Amino acid sequence: MSLDPTIFLPVLPEIMLLLLGLVVLVLDLVLPKEQRRNLGWVTAVGMGLVILFSWPARPVNGSTLVWGGMISHDWLSYTLTLLVIFGAGITALFAMDYEELGGRGEFYLLMIASTIGMAFMASAADLVMLYLAIESVSIPLYILAGFFVRDVKSTESGFKYLLFGALTSAVMLYGFSLLYGFSGTTAIISTSRAPGLGPTILNSIQNDQLTPIVLIGSLLLVLVGFGFKISAVPFHFWAPDVYEGAPTPVAGFLSTASKAAGFIVLIRFLIFVFPIGVTQWPVILSALAVATMTLGNLIALTQRNIKRLLAYSSIAHAGYMLIGVAALVVLPTIQEDAHAMWGITSVVYYLIAYLVTNLAAFGVVAAYGRVVGSDDVTAYYGMSRRAPGLALIMMVSFLSLAGMPPLAGFFGKFLVFLAAINAKLIGLAVIGVLNSIIGLYYYLTILKYVYLYRSEDEDKSIPLSRAYKLGLALLVVGIILIGTLISPWYNWASTAAGAMF
Amino acid sequence: MQFPILSIIVFTPIVTGLLILLIPAERKTEIRVAALAAGAFALLLSIWAYFSYDIAAGGYQFIEKYDWLPALGISYHVGMDGMNGPLVLLTGIVMFTGVLISWGIDDRPREFFAFLFILATGVFGVFVTLDLFMLFFFYEIAVFPMYLLISIWGWKVTREYAAMKLTLYLFIGSVVALVGALAMYVTAGTATGQWTFDMLVLEKAGFSTSFQTLWFPFVFFGFAVLGGIFPFHNWSPDGHVAAPTAVSMFHAGVLMKLGAFAALRVGIMLLPEGAKAHMWWIIVLTLVNVVYGAFIASVQTDFKYVIGFSSVSHMGLVSMGFATLNREGMLGAGLQMFSHGVMTALFFAVVGMVYDQAHTREIPKLGGFRKVMPLVPIAFIIGGLVSMGMPGFSGFIAEFPIFMGLWGYKPWIAIVAALSIVITASYIIRIIGNVFFGSLPEEFEGHVHDVTVLDKVALVCLSTVLVIVGVFPSIMVPMVESGVNYVLRLLGGA
Repeated sequence: MSLDPTIFLPVLPEIMLLLLGLVVLVLDLVLPKEQRRNLGWVTAVGMGLVILFSWPARPVNGSTLVWGGMISHDWLSYTLTLLVIFGAGITALFAMDYEELGGRGEFYLLMIASTIGMAFMASAADLVMLYLAIESVSIPLYILAGFFVRDVKSTESGFKYLLFGALTSAVMLYGFSLLYGFSGTTAIISTSRAPGLGPTILNSIQNDQLTPIVLIGSLLLVLVGFGFKISAVPFHFWAPDVYEGAPTPVAGFLSTASKAAGFIVLIRFLIFVFPIGVTQWPVILSALAVATMTLGNLIALTQRNIKRLLAYSSIAHAGYMLIGVAALVVLPTIQEDAHAMWGITSVVYYLIAYLVTNLAAFGVVAAYGRVVGSDDVTAYYGMSRRAPGLALIMMVSFLSLAGMPPLAGFFGKFLVFLAAINAKLIGLAVIGVLNSIIGLYYYLTILKYVYLYRSEDEDKSIPLSRAYKLGLALLVVGIILIGTLISPWYNWASTAAGAMF
Repeated sequence: MQFPILSIIVFTPIVTGLLILLIPAERKTEIRVAALAAGAFALLLSIWAYFSYDIAAGGYQFIEKYDWLPALGISYHVGMDGMNGPLVLLTGIVMFTGVLISWGIDDRPREFFAFLFILATGVFGVFVTLDLFMLFFFYEIAVFPMYLLISIWGWKVTREYAAMKLTLYLFIGSVVALVGALAMYVTAGTATGQWTFDMLVLEKAGFSTSFQTLWFPFVFFGFAVLGGIFPFHNWSPDGHVAAPTAVSMFHAGVLMKLGAFAALRVGIMLLPEGAKAHMWWIIVLTLVNVVYGAFIASVQTDFKYVIGFSSVSHMGLVSMGFATLNREGMLGAGLQMFSHGVMTALFFAVVGMVYDQAHTREIPKLGGFRKVMPLVPIAFIIGGLVSMGMPGFSGFIAEFPIFMGLWGYKPWIAIVAALSIVITASYIIRIIGNVFFGSLPEEFEGHVHDVTVLDKVALVCLSTVLVIVGVFPSIMVPMVESGVNYVLRLLGGA
């Protein structure tokens, strides 16, 4: 039996990531200690090359199931894979000059391992594969969050993340086992794409005509695990503490790439496992969205630590994206046209915009906090006079988070609200737009500290290494391009969304 | 392809603003000259566009349309008609004179002009756009720089509070209107199968009366917040007072028109049946604006607050004129937007000049400024006469039709609204008497000086415009009338 080399094509990015990890591991051994920070360049450039050489791996034949039904090779998984690799590359740039972080090879290796997990998470088509992927994302991240072993807060952060993660993961696994028990199969994605494979969970559920209560029960258990990943209320408690204690570049990675992967899994699960038309769906997701964005925004108002503020803001952003998810589950039941996939399109566009924007925000906090030695908002008084360039980037990223044109966040929010109104979720859209005003208030408050307030340290400038300059410049250009040249990004998001139908 | 004059007008300010940021911060004179050149260029182009508009042909002219996001029916689509033509001209005038007045700003002038010009692009954009998505895009670009301009260069006492209040009020308004706009888009798309944000198409979408009645308040009030409509006017005097002079001019002169114009363009023109259903109580609210605003203005002791509340009162007349939905009322409102814009810019310029010299705005402490700055009282008196609606000035040709329109609706409303003219006269005359005439207080003796040449140029420009429009109404009335005709056709030829 001969091996067809093309079966490796769908996992080409993951294979290249693995090779990159090995390169980093070997270099970590041979490089002298003072040169190890250059592993950051190796990782970042490597990630860039992986993105570039992933082009042949694009799903030209539409969605297909490969590797015995374990992996779905489609535009959604491909898009997300590129997105998390980009996020990881930028994080490597931000980390390399971070004390006790950038000079240690294991940091890069763990991050690459976690990125591989995310790529598999996005493409998992089977419960077993999905669980393995989620765990291989989480375990390296537990270590990364507690990377500063001498720092009490960082240790606490890692440990808290581990405890929360393990608990929610166990609950989710229980939900998985229920699903398996009811259906006798672990396949998530329908067989029409890959004839010859067994029935999926959805087929079995429909055949056996299970009562909705059983479905809702297992749905809620699974949702606990996903809710933890995307930090949706009420599974958000870990986020502020973990972000605050974790090294800032790691917190940025956690809040963007990890969350993006969680959202893609959520979308996939909603579409393929839980039959559309369960009437409680929109109610559950709308409630989740309202609680997540409102609580996130309200608590963010009172934060005095910039990383905690960004943590609550990222909870709120998960809430906005959940609006798109709620729209996605309503739509197919009320209308059958091309606009039904606006829900997914809006979430994918929002994820792209949010990833770039939030990475920039955390990048500024990392670059500034590293020198200032404090994450308290008072440290940001007079920042525009100490570091005008950095302050400008902070303004761009915060305004994009607030949803101001012509920056990326504006069109993301616009699409999410459009999807909600198209799905007749008008109340949800109104709550969403009012929430964005609360968000505007605290983002502006920070900008006020940066531009208006004075401090005694104004004459001390903030040195920026080349890695930070490169990373931040890439992100700012990205924020502006995503906000102005919306057409290519929208079409990309729309293609990714189309993979689900 | 024709010459893309509107795009050039729209993008000249923002491009200049970004280029100015490249000039080293310490070369302040070059920065100011660059800003002035851009202001003059935009003014000339807007004058040219205004006078080359073909009134006989009517409708939208200088149209440009490029696809931006075809998948959702979003396009870059601009055009000029009789309604927005005068407003483009107004923005050009205020921008040019605003740069002249801001010559003396010494704290980071580079950033000041950059933000001011980003704002100007947003304003031009909202006026000329024919695409609903673009309208929101430009609207938010116009509102946000206000926050920075007020909070960084504003009056130290209230700037933080006023800037935040203004920004939050205006954004709440805009997002509420956004929900309404999206509802229109989705409803029109579902019904006709043509998914587009093009307002010229949405006008013909034929929304049901119940839909229009439900959504009209969202859209109208969302935008009318920026027009200073009662009871959402509270941000405006605080914002005016806290802002630096040029920003107050922009803010009261142009930005508030943005709200009234968008309420007309999106609210009344896209949802005409909704407008008819809600007009009676909007007229009542704006009546409160007009009379109560004038009354509050007359009891203020701070010079700038007087002008701030007078803007609330006059902008009430604009919204009121639109709400009558008849020819006279709308014609007057269209003219009043221009007239009030120039007049209030003149007022705020004068307030700024007095404050720069006296460092106080308390009316009882001022006096006798006629002696040191002879041109300023003349300009102020011209503005005051416009404000009172005196024949021969632009205020008369603007306010008289509004009252005619109101009389056509309900005579008693016209009578009550006309009270505001008396109150306006009282506070204008009080200011003229207390600030410019009488004796110069001793502490100012030798400390106050005449205004600069550039200030004088700005004052002359603004007052000339007011007089010209007043004496030769034919340079503006037919144009606005053609715009009103278009609106009336949408309203069913009332």
